[in-house]
Amino acid sequence: MTALLKVENLRIELTTRDGVAPVIDDLSFEMNAGETMSFVGESGCGKSMTALGIMGLLPEKVGRVASGTILFDGEDLTRVSDARMREIRGNDISMIFQEPMTSLNPVYTVGEQIAEVLRRHQGLGQRAAWEKAIALLDAVRIPNPRSRVADYPHQMSGGQRQRVMIAIALACEPKILIADEPTTALDVTVQAQIFDLLRDLGRETGTAIILITHDMGAVAEMAERMIVMYAGRKAEEGPVDQVINHPRHPYTKGLISCVPHLMANLSEERPELTEVGGIVPGLREFGRDACLFASRCDMVNDKCRNARPPEVAFKGNQASACWFAEKV
Amino acid sequence: MSVEDEKIEKARSPFSEAFEMFRRNHAAVAGLIMLILIILAGIFGPMVYAGDPFEMVWAPFSPPGQEGYLLGTDYLGRDLVSMLLHGARVSIAIGLSAALITVLIGITVGAVAGFYGGLVEEALMRFTEFFQVLPTLLFSMVIVALFGASLPMITFAIGVVSWPAVARITRAEFLRIRELEYVTASRASGVSNGKLIFGVILPNALPPIIVQAALMVGSAILFEAGLSFLGLTDPNVVSWGQIIGSNRQYILDASYTVTIPGVAIFVTVLAISLVGDGLNDALNPKLRQR
Repeated sequence: MTALLKVENLRIELTTRDGVAPVIDDLSFEMNAGETMSFVGESGCGKSMTALGIMGLLPEKVGRVASGTILFDGEDLTRVSDARMREIRGNDISMIFQEPMTSLNPVYTVGEQIAEVLRRHQGLGQRAAWEKAIALLDAVRIPNPRSRVADYPHQMSGGQRQRVMIAIALACEPKILIADEPTTALDVTVQAQIFDLLRDLGRETGTAIILITHDMGAVAEMAERMIVMYAGRKAEEGPVDQVINHPRHPYTKGLISCVPHLMANLSEERPELTEVGGIVPGLREFGRDACLFASRCDMVNDKCRNARPPEVAFKGNQASACWFAEKV
Repeated sequence: MSVEDEKIEKARSPFSEAFEMFRRNHAAVAGLIMLILIILAGIFGPMVYAGDPFEMVWAPFSPPGQEGYLLGTDYLGRDLVSMLLHGARVSIAIGLSAALITVLIGITVGAVAGFYGGLVEEALMRFTEFFQVLPTLLFSMVIVALFGASLPMITFAIGVVSWPAVARITRAEFLRIRELEYVTASRASGVSNGKLIFGVILPNALPPIIVQAALMVGSAILFEAGLSFLGLTDPNVVSWGQIIGSNRQYILDASYTVTIPGVAIFVTVLAISLVGDGLNDALNPKLRQR
């Protein structure tokens, strides 16, 4: 079976005041139809840049795909024309964003915004698109969809708006849905609902989901495979249960240990939360031939500081970019 | 359906909300009423006072109220009421169409500059500044003097000298809005650039432009009055500024001949300003209280 999305040696460069920095450095991965894959990592590790790169929405004049290919259904997205890219966006690949409060256009009703996508990509008529919009609102579990369809975004709560965003994104039954931290701005209880919704709808429509998050809990619940990103590079990749049970990269290990555990019995004892000390290096460090995690790693030695670790494959499709991957 | 469902507030568009805000502003409503009356007078007045307003009907310089001539006659014995009503039509038409030209040029230039940025923006904004630094009255006088003092040319001249303000406001709004998430979200769902400019960003950028356009109508009327006062007008068409201009030599002997059209201009521009101000409050989300 050929992969639906195949990213090979992708390098995305951002032009900054200090020069050109590779925010995505030699990233390769594959994704099959219907699969749920998760990108994890701290802020500034290139997760969102990967998503924007796939969508062809890198910030104009600042970011560009320097080398590598993004093959979607055999088509190289880094080379297609703007017009073709617009056809793909929203129809074959769609995306939902972090901020549901500001991701909907305030001057149109939510129904108009859903119907608009349907009219553009599916060529539906006014009436049919409107009816489908109502059906979609129902599918994303907004109560009373027939009357809410004429609401303006400001009349909805954050969770409802994110549901509308999901409805827009799934309107054309895309092959891939990219969810860029879809629940960061929402309440914890609403987060769970949104994840449930994404998972169920993904299954129903056969849509592959790329979930970008820094919530390890969400990854464990949602995804089948995960990629841990660090400083624009892939640190580790593998099936979620396998990676969580036995991480092969010190960074993954650190991230997993940061997830707080609720204790079965509340006691006076309050265990300290663990953290991964230090911060992600600045953009100017990104291109260096070294392990970029070295400054925060407790297993570091001179080799890490002087050469970029190659990817080591393990059984069960797990792979890790660490000099000591075997020992972790 | 339960009773609960019945109580759900009917969805209201941002514009109906703005109208509600506008309605609460008494000065603006008063301005709107005045404006409507003036426009009605401009539309129906000339029907009541049919006939040529330039016709001499009575002795010159008869003060208001005499012999059934409500506002008196001017230095050629023409009925001022008739002139005022016919002039209203012209003044308001010029005000509206000049504002329309202003807004059309301003939005196009500002939207393209703000959306595309870079070299396009640089070039368009320098071009805008070029128009902005020209003395407006002088520039429009040159246009009218060169191409003839017909009404369309006067309207065009006013439009051409006043669009930079609209272009700059539009550009500023576009710069702000194009970075917002819903624009990125629209891009991500495959919207083309043209649709992004006019379908997504422009409706959100409209409020300050509408306010500016309303004020533009008032200033265009003043502008036309200024040009007519200087004699740069179509001598065959009566407008308020033209009445003042043609009677200005007699300002000391028959002051009412210039005062009356002056008051008409003043009241109209005031009404438009009040409406513009009300629109500003109504469309400004920061001032909108729930």
